[in-house]
Amino acid sequence: MMNLIAAASGVTGSIGSIGYGLAAIGPGIGIGIIFGQGVQAIARQPEAYPVIRQNMLLGFALAEALALIGFVVPFVYGK
Amino acid sequence: MANALAAALTDGCHFAPPGCAFPAPNADIFEFDTYLKFHLLGIDWSITKPVVLAVIGTAFIVGFFLTAFARPRLVPGRLQSLGEVGYLFIRDQIARDVIGKEGDSFVPFLASLFFFVWVMNLFGVFALAQFPVMARFAFPVTLALMVWLTYMYLGMRHQGPIGYFKNMMFPPGLPTWLYFILAPIELISNVIVRPFTLAVRAFANMFAGHLLLTTFTVATWYLLSPSIIGIIGSTASAAVTVTLTGFELLIQALQAFIFTLLTAVYISSSLHADH
Repeated sequence: MMNLIAAASGVTGSIGSIGYGLAAIGPGIGIGIIFGQGVQAIARQPEAYPVIRQNMLLGFALAEALALIGFVVPFVYGK
Repeated sequence: MANALAAALTDGCHFAPPGCAFPAPNADIFEFDTYLKFHLLGIDWSITKPVVLAVIGTAFIVGFFLTAFARPRLVPGRLQSLGEVGYLFIRDQIARDVIGKEGDSFVPFLASLFFFVWVMNLFGVFALAQFPVMARFAFPVTLALMVWLTYMYLGMRHQGPIGYFKNMMFPPGLPTWLYFILAPIELISNVIVRPFTLAVRAFANMFAGHLLLTTFTVATWYLLSPSIIGIIGSTASAAVTVTLTGFELLIQALQAFIFTLLTAVYISSSLHADH
């Protein structure tokens, strides 16, 4: 564990980009699930399209916010 | 400064000479020179490009809707139909769908929000402007603060100052021990996280989009050189820029829509406790 911390403190360069990569994993999975299930729902019940689309966009916006925070934070705190 | 990037490109980094690294744009391209500086009402004002764009955009929206609905007719003219399409879109797709029949009284607020955010975003691809005003954090923060004040006030008025927080933190029908976890989470998510994510979402989307467009525009110029690889790379970058511009148009409208939609959701959750 101590070795790991010592090794991590030696890492230099654009760590922000790595941070963004890590931050994008979760929202990426989330957005995939949202649109996958949304398309499935539309295919099963095309007449409910307006309601499904709206809730799909809502879920997308909430999941996407996390990825965007990950994108902006390196610019704000990074060197 | 935005000029530093331009200087790097015009001075020597064109034609990709050896030893000249790609001048990747960074957060500096969001800083602008001050056109005008003055002191008024105890505040130091600096007029920069985003401010000018915001004023122009607001004047355009106000002017458009004033002329569209100046003399409303039963059979609408060209401009009036256009205004009606926009207004009715907000009423039917957002206000009535999300808030319900009480939604009609919020349509002016929601429509103003939607068109303001949209036009501010559109400046990102508009020739000569080429800067999404929402990429300056102060603009989305101000809007989010407005939305926050609106839904907090509405919640306290419709459910009572104590009832609002009680309904928010203690939805009935749960085991007692769960409230110890749920109450702080609900409080933080409703009072702090909501306005924060609302602002950051609008800001970061435009920030990222502008950065992406700038990167490929710079790459087009940087890679342009009298060689096969240079021409291929430059043409590819130019094609990507055009494609991204189209993609940005979509994102801009979508972000304005989502901003308005979330505002409507927050207002609706303030009007009636949802459980």
